[in-house]
Amino acid sequence: MRARRVAQYGLLIALAMVLSYVESLVPTFFAVPGIKLGLTNLVVMVALYRMSSRDAIIINLVRILLVSITFGNAFSLMYAAGGGLLSGAVMILLKRTRRFQLLTVSIAGGIAHNVGQILVAMVLLETWQVSYYLLILWWSGLAAGLVIGILTAQVVRRLPVSLFEPGAAAERDGDGKGDGK
Amino acid sequence: MNDHKANAPQRGDFLLIGVLIAVGLALTAFVLLSRMGGQSDDLTVVIRQDGQVVASLPLDEDTVYTVQGEDDAVNRVVIEDGVVFMEEASCPDRLCVKQGKIRYAGDSLICLPNRVVVEITGRDDLGLDAVAK
Repeated sequence: MRARRVAQYGLLIALAMVLSYVESLVPTFFAVPGIKLGLTNLVVMVALYRMSSRDAIIINLVRILLVSITFGNAFSLMYAAGGGLLSGAVMILLKRTRRFQLLTVSIAGGIAHNVGQILVAMVLLETWQVSYYLLILWWSGLAAGLVIGILTAQVVRRLPVSLFEPGAAAERDGDGKGDGK
Repeated sequence: MNDHKANAPQRGDFLLIGVLIAVGLALTAFVLLSRMGGQSDDLTVVIRQDGQVVASLPLDEDTVYTVQGEDDAVNRVVIEDGVVFMEEASCPDRLCVKQGKIRYAGDSLICLPNRVVVEITGRDDLGLDAVAK
């Protein structure tokens, strides 16, 4: 049971790192730093919806740390942490209320991610003049959250239930085929 | 559609998305409005490094200012014909150079790796007064 958990974490974190790398290969087309799709968030959302909030938090923390150490620096770590932690917290809280669809949770998470990064930038750069960036990143976060939400819904729907522990994905609806354990 | 909990969006969804879009529109309106006020002749270009103001230059005088940082970090800021742009930068991504030209109060060029911020401020300092004008 425990080994199984460790293996799942390893798998998902590795996937998150690969997605980060793939995304870093895509050149930045936009003039504002921070606009990107955030493919990695797909992994965190799948963990949130197929495993549990706790698993999503652990995977989120580890991938932020590892991705920044591998591909970034101390500053990208602070930005990634600011964005990742705020968006993770927002998504978990929204999902807990059980009042929102996955897509809504994802969109709010996308915006929260960018707002978190701007908060970090405000602290690091000691400036309040961020309204322009906030504007751009607000809409881009919304768009990215929408795309990631659509992708996550598809992945969650297609992923074999047996990949994850029975019972962990309590949110799922009638899956008659649950492997009794 | 029949698999995961694909019940139709609920009231909460519409409400939250509506609020998020409304805030986005408000931000858009705010930024657009604050750009309408303010002429280039009473605007100041403030250059900051690590949060400290290293230079404060009038926007209507053509100047080239070079910010020197640690480890040979260099950012060359050019003020020309009422616009500001980053001509050259030592940072790896050079996003600050790609940000192009800015001309309005509240606009900024940010170079994260070198921790350099170039922003245009009005004489009244913040764009808020520009809205009221």
